[in-house]
Amino acid sequence: MEKFIEKFAEAIEREGEIRMEDEFRNYDEWNSLVYLAVVVMMDEEYDTQIEQSEFKKLRTVQDLYNACTNK
Amino acid sequence: MALFEINNVIIQGISAAVPSRKEFNRDFPGLKAEELEKYIGTVGVVERRCAIHDGTLCTSDLCYEAAEKLIEELGWKKEDIGLLVFVSHTQDYKLPATACVLQHRLGLSKETMAFDIPLGCSGFIYGLGVSSSVISSSHIKKALLLVGNTQSVYASPEDRSTSLLFGDAGCCVALEYDETISESMKFHYQTDGGGFESLIVPDGGCRHPFNEQSMVMEEFEEGIRRSRLHEKMDGGSVFTFAFFNVPKSLKSLMSYFDIRQENIDFLLLHQANKYMLESIRKKVKFEGGKVPYNIDRFGNTSGASIPLLMVTELQDQLRTKKLRHLACGFGVGLSLGSTCFSTDHIVVPDLIEVKQNYNR
Repeated sequence: MEKFIEKFAEAIEREGEIRMEDEFRNYDEWNSLVYLAVVVMMDEEYDTQIEQSEFKKLRTVQDLYNACTNK
Repeated sequence: MALFEINNVIIQGISAAVPSRKEFNRDFPGLKAEELEKYIGTVGVVERRCAIHDGTLCTSDLCYEAAEKLIEELGWKKEDIGLLVFVSHTQDYKLPATACVLQHRLGLSKETMAFDIPLGCSGFIYGLGVSSSVISSSHIKKALLLVGNTQSVYASPEDRSTSLLFGDAGCCVALEYDETISESMKFHYQTDGGGFESLIVPDGGCRHPFNEQSMVMEEFEEGIRRSRLHEKMDGGSVFTFAFFNVPKSLKSLMSYFDIRQENIDFLLLHQANKYMLESIRKKVKFEGGKVPYNIDRFGNTSGASIPLLMVTELQDQLRTKKLRHLACGFGVGLSLGSTCFSTDHIVVPDLIEVKQNYNR
């Protein structure tokens, strides 16, 4: 889980704290380009491919983590 | 799976024409300097070639110039050409097909098969597969594949997602039947029409005819205003479509036909967006030197981007060497095509620049 947070922080270029319950779209760093970086990170690190329609249903950092690990 | 192989057809030459008029992304008034630099750094477009869309410089004009120059440098006789395919989303008229207009304008024989294929970013790959397939199963010996777009016409000047991205170009590929060649062209195609609204010009067709609301500018989010005659682009869904499916398609093609990466000289990717292309390149593990770019100077020219890339980045090598290429075009549709083909000392005229008021 720590590794996931580290990779996620790297993808969205966030230096502030990240908690699993955070709604990631509320981060100041969140934008359409950062979204692409997260898609790439999830594919590269977790071999997880999430179409945009599915991604829209994810709200929290925990949701992202679950998508990567519960396959 | 839509995999196939075509024998006895080769590419003899490739030419490209662009408007001489440039647009510079750093001049864009709709973004702050810092945001603009970030955009340029990510998407990779510094300048683009854009026609003024007043009817005096159309896609067919660019393709016409590209075709005339290529026919001349090849020394082809026009009466030997039996097929003309025009691949574009920016046709001269709703009807007739632009291919018919161009058959006459180019002075080709009336014994010419001519038709349009309305596809965008995947258009070069589809055009190459369809044209080659017709040649291999017909008595046609020589063919012209014209691929182009003046799609900057669809970009709202108040929509940064498209107005900083789209460029215009028209290309010509000369194909010939040749029984002596041993190598085939190989293709793989995919379609996901579930994403048809990811890139769309909503109004003006039969589904939503032009009406009094069509030209009304609407604000969709900050910095994005467009009408229903402009192209809407959902960048995120196009990105995921390409990022997930381009590597898969290349893999399908390579494993089915037993193509080895070390035997490939260049991977030619549709010039969609630098960040996207780099993500794809890393995923398919091709070294940087094998994946050329020209998106910095020409933007995204839709179906024309791969032949344009060959002219601007590989002209000398195409003329002087035998090369094996992998290529992939992907986007509007959503539609995707991959191919593997060789070129052997082909004719590649210098890039042609065409002025406005060309056809007045």
